[in-house]
Amino acid sequence: MTKVNPDFIKKVATSEEFNATACINCGVCTAVCPMDVELLPRKLFRYALLGLEGKVLENTNVIYQCLLCKMCEENCTADVHIAENVRFLRSYISKEVFKL
Amino acid sequence: MPLPIGDVIGLMVDNLKKRKTVFPIPRKRAIEWANGLNIPEGGKTVIYTGSMYQLLPYMIAAVKNMELIEDSFLGKFVFMGRFFNRMFNVSAFVSMPKKADVKRYKQIVYNIAKLLKKAGVEFGYLYKKELYSGTLAYDLGVDDAFSLQAKRVYELLKENGVSTVITVDPHTTNMMRSVYPTIIDGYDIEVKSYLEVLAAIDDFQPIHSVEKEITVHDSCVYARYESVIDEPRQLLKRAGYTIKEPKDNKALTHCCGGPIESIFPKMSHTIGKNRVQQLKDATNGGAVATMCPICMASLKKASGDGLEIEDISSFLVKAFCD
Repeated sequence: MTKVNPDFIKKVATSEEFNATACINCGVCTAVCPMDVELLPRKLFRYALLGLEGKVLENTNVIYQCLLCKMCEENCTADVHIAENVRFLRSYISKEVFKL
Repeated sequence: MPLPIGDVIGLMVDNLKKRKTVFPIPRKRAIEWANGLNIPEGGKTVIYTGSMYQLLPYMIAAVKNMELIEDSFLGKFVFMGRFFNRMFNVSAFVSMPKKADVKRYKQIVYNIAKLLKKAGVEFGYLYKKELYSGTLAYDLGVDDAFSLQAKRVYELLKENGVSTVITVDPHTTNMMRSVYPTIIDGYDIEVKSYLEVLAAIDDFQPIHSVEKEITVHDSCVYARYESVIDEPRQLLKRAGYTIKEPKDNKALTHCCGGPIESIFPKMSHTIGKNRVQQLKDATNGGAVATMCPICMASLKKASGDGLEIEDISSFLVKAFCD
């Protein structure tokens, strides 16, 4: 089981970089992703917006598997800064988990 | 079992903080490409390599070793490598490059500088002072280490009176042109890719005729981050080459897989193979031009000997230089 982390919600909500709230859930980003990983990037961002920090962290591998190639962003009709959002999650893990 | 992400990133970040680059290589190796070109030291306009091409042979060697321990119990011991690497340069032992790779990547930067000189562009070089841009730390989200490196680079440029840099690869271009201004107050360096510089010089014309079909592999960073799409095509066309396009091209180019190679070598290889197939489908006995050292290494690895893949500068130099 995972639990909502209010602090994580706050960090995501106050971030200048993370703008996945603009997502309209069309799923085109997942459809065009060359990695062919179902979680990338829409579902992953949903976990982050919901404050499900545990779900985000248990998918650390997937977060680092993103190529940051921006194929998704090129096709996004809601102007979500997808690569920047993935980088935000990496930055969070770097600080909170890897202590870098 | 995948490689331990935190330890692999930690090792590279330790290097960046302590040794000012993610893969420490001897400084003389990083600058020897300029031998014989008589490029002045410093100046208002400099060629800025960020050592990306020079680092690649060492990265290729390191990744080969990483592949050996990926999915093995040895992966658990990367943390020990990181521990000892803080005291002495362990990464140098795991990244002994092939001589042929060193020669190949050195030649590319040499060719780029030769093209710029032939086009009449005046520029200097910072030689041993030049620093890595920090691009890998940025991509991996290690913001403090990246920020430190970006400030080091900016200080270096200001101390040396540099106002314009001519970059040779997409990643350094993106860092210095689009990312540094977001974290450094008053950042005032003009940044242009050598492809943009050359394409803008109308009287830079070929002196040899070349007849070949070239399939263009766009770098994701040039095409989608920096909108450098037309310039490489303009130059190839001006040189006399016939341009072929793969299925995914220009702003919708397909990644080479290289960006995740340091952590997920096998997965990276699969992406590279997918792209190679697209390139093979478009190439009918011709060759493929890349414009990024990471793309070139990933695609060469994925294609084996089945496809001629070279940096775009290698094709241009044949048409424009003696």
